[in-house]
Amino acid sequence: MSLSVIAVISRFLEEYRSSTSNKLKVIDAYLLYILLTGAFQFLYCLLVGTFPFNSFLSGFISSVGSFILAVCLRIQINPQNKGDFLSVSPERAFADFLFAHTVLHLVVVNFIG
Amino acid sequence: EPISNNPQQKHSVSAQEKGLGAGGSVSGNGRPNTAAGCGGGGGGLSGGLTQPAGWQSLLSFTILFLAWLAGFSSRLFAVIRFESIIHEFDPWFNYRSTHHLSTNGFYEFLNWFDERAWYPLGRIVGGTVYPGLMVTAGLIHYLLNLLNVTVHIRDVCVFLAPIFSGLTAISTFLLTRELWNQGAGLLAACFIAIVPGYISRSVAGSFDNEGIAIFALQFTYYLWVKSVKTGSVFWTIGCCLSYFYMVSAWGGYVFIINLIPLHVFVLLLMQRYSRRLYIAYSTFYIVGLVLSMQIPFVGFQPIRTSEHMAAAGVFALLQAYAFLQYLKDRLTKQEFQTLFFLGVSLAAGVVFLTVIYLTYTGETAATMATQHHSLAQHMPSLYFSPLPLINPIKPVILNLDTERLFDPVLSAFAVYFAGVMVRLMLTLTPVVCMLSAIAFSSVFEHYLGDDMKRENPPAEDSSDEDDKRNSGNLYDKAGKVRKHVSEQDRPEEGLGPNIKSIVTMLMLMLLMMFAVHCTWVTSNAYSSPSVVLASYNHDGSRNILDDFREAYYWLRQNTDEHARVMSWWDYGYQIAGMANRTTLVDNNTWNNSHIALVGKAMSSNESAAYEIMKSLDVDYVLIIFGGVIGYSGDDINKFLWMVRIAEGEHPKDIRESDYFTPQGEFRVDKAGSPTLLNCLMYKMSYYRFGEMQLDFRTPPGFDRTRNAEIGNKDIRLKHLEEAFTSEHWLVRIYRVKKQENRQALDHKLRNVAAKQKYTSKKTAKRKRGYVKNKLVLKKGKKLNKKSV
Repeated sequence: MSLSVIAVISRFLEEYRSSTSNKLKVIDAYLLYILLTGAFQFLYCLLVGTFPFNSFLSGFISSVGSFILAVCLRIQINPQNKGDFLSVSPERAFADFLFAHTVLHLVVVNFIG
Repeated sequence: EPISNNPQQKHSVSAQEKGLGAGGSVSGNGRPNTAAGCGGGGGGLSGGLTQPAGWQSLLSFTILFLAWLAGFSSRLFAVIRFESIIHEFDPWFNYRSTHHLSTNGFYEFLNWFDERAWYPLGRIVGGTVYPGLMVTAGLIHYLLNLLNVTVHIRDVCVFLAPIFSGLTAISTFLLTRELWNQGAGLLAACFIAIVPGYISRSVAGSFDNEGIAIFALQFTYYLWVKSVKTGSVFWTIGCCLSYFYMVSAWGGYVFIINLIPLHVFVLLLMQRYSRRLYIAYSTFYIVGLVLSMQIPFVGFQPIRTSEHMAAAGVFALLQAYAFLQYLKDRLTKQEFQTLFFLGVSLAAGVVFLTVIYLTYTGETAATMATQHHSLAQHMPSLYFSPLPLINPIKPVILNLDTERLFDPVLSAFAVYFAGVMVRLMLTLTPVVCMLSAIAFSSVFEHYLGDDMKRENPPAEDSSDEDDKRNSGNLYDKAGKVRKHVSEQDRPEEGLGPNIKSIVTMLMLMLLMMFAVHCTWVTSNAYSSPSVVLASYNHDGSRNILDDFREAYYWLRQNTDEHARVMSWWDYGYQIAGMANRTTLVDNNTWNNSHIALVGKAMSSNESAAYEIMKSLDVDYVLIIFGGVIGYSGDDINKFLWMVRIAEGEHPKDIRESDYFTPQGEFRVDKAGSPTLLNCLMYKMSYYRFGEMQLDFRTPPGFDRTRNAEIGNKDIRLKHLEEAFTSEHWLVRIYRVKKQENRQALDHKLRNVAAKQKYTSKKTAKRKRGYVKNKLVLKKGKKLNKKSV
């Protein structure tokens, strides 16, 4: 505990800025955006109330689902993780991403009411 | 019986095929995942059929096809012996819903409010049913009719479960192949095709959720294992879609949504976290969650009830774990420790707040009600008798791969649930089949496939023929070259050929006995439609008792379309399905008070019961009476349950102890309690039974089921009249008479309370019209001639 939290975080940010490729940074920016939309939806629900509940749920789960799927995509196309995913090429990862999003959004639109 | 011979033959044939299949496929693929390489090594031979891989596929296909055929045929006993009819009770409701779906369309079905059940309450069918079964049957019916194959919806419903049993066998094969190897997979498919535990819920005619749910279960598990293995989102989405089908099919989907998180949790504990696992579970949880909430019956339960909280907890844990792993990779140890401390305190705070919130809103675990226990199938099981005959050797799994760990977790849970509730024996069955298949496969591999353990596999023929050598020419596959390997090539093996052949023979005999046992159990125990009863005379000829359908069809043809029938809840679905009349209570048992009202009506005397029946607009009363033929499932035997349920809601009017003799016995003869002898159920069951003499040895009015001469022979009904009694007096229908126009007065003397003589409190001065010194006449005495 000799280092303060701020120093750790700033060092981590420096390392992140230098070592991650641009592709991954784009995905990370997208992740941040999705996180913000999810947070705003939750905040709205806390302030205004849960009616209609199914709409709130479908919107929130859509955010969380998009976040998770983007994280999965990021993991799968990261060349450092190539050993884990022998059968999944980056193109396949992206195709799976699109397929999963299609299913997710079809269900979300059905649920939104 | 001539009918039973054919299935036996079929099964001995299939057992042989199984043996062949097991031997062939084990020898072909003892080493997992390298069979293709071995097949390619078969140099010099051209043509697909002569290569081992070609043989392998053909064998697998043939075995799976035969397993499907065996499973299908084994479930047809009831159809062959009786007819193509829906069995039991619950399937009648499913059939009626499917019929409604096929005639009125999908949206009508989803929004259906049924006024002909639970009169006068009605039932919201669309929101209280798992639609998967009806939609599957409806879809198959629609597609077949689209192709101009005009199958009646009833036949689709009757034969749906046998067809899906074949699909279950295939998905079990796929699952076991992922977990172990192809040989075990084929064995597992054959086992689950004929195992009695699964057959009991999926015979032809048993049109119930489990028929398709077990298929969905196995297929979901297979896709889950596949997605953990490959880490591909495609397989995970496939798993989610299969999970959605399972949620639509059966309430037992909770089993999946707890088992998969448990698997993930155990893997985390065993420090086998991998990125593939993270991708598989996170995607599965989120997409599965939103899919499962599309079923109206499930609604918002996945985020509210405690049964689903484990999945959410593991999800949160996995996110935290993955994030920490990510940070760990990038920071030094000290830095990581700093952040870790911060993270842990934040997490603890969140957990604390969540716990406070949950206790504030009152989230409690579900508890079981008395009525739940009154169903025999919900009782804990006393013994495991219907389990397959084989459960000999649980394999000692030495190196547990990530996916192989799934199996022990699954089996532990399944055993626990099967011990708690007999009906959930069904969830144990696939697990036991898979484990037994793995056991058998390991044993066969060990005792037959010793050639695989050699260092240098032979160049010419990669697939082994050692089993042929050892079992002494029992099997001979065409096209295979038999290899002769001398004894000295196997110095490591301490087992002589004798032991090998003995063990192999024993195993094969065990398998054959298993097949025979399964067929016998299916034929005797699980193939009764229970709508039609059959008894066998001493000369072997069959006597069919079709009383139920006779009575239901009488109702259908001779009563008004909007007539309301009161009966005990067991028969509700059948009355609605076959007689097409409005019922008061049925097998859904969602409203205990309503059932208690019916129970009270059955247990009270006729006048009190008439009041209840008037308030519920009852037109007909239907009861089951088994006294003439000795049928033990009749309403008098169920009567105490009616009393108990009624007592639960109306403890002041009904007391269970009133229906017993002072010694505490339940008797229907003269010594029985007068409350019992005068209650409506008794009167309806034994109306005019006192005049009936079944044979010369017993007195008239001898109840064969209770083995007693009834106590109250001269029964007169005031508010009911007998409408119909079936041929063997099994079903008795009474019509409720309307109230008479003029109420006949009971000629009882009016009880006039003695009036108090009115004595005025006024004094002599204030009384008006008071005559002073008025002459008072005393009887018997001469008037006192006093001057006034």
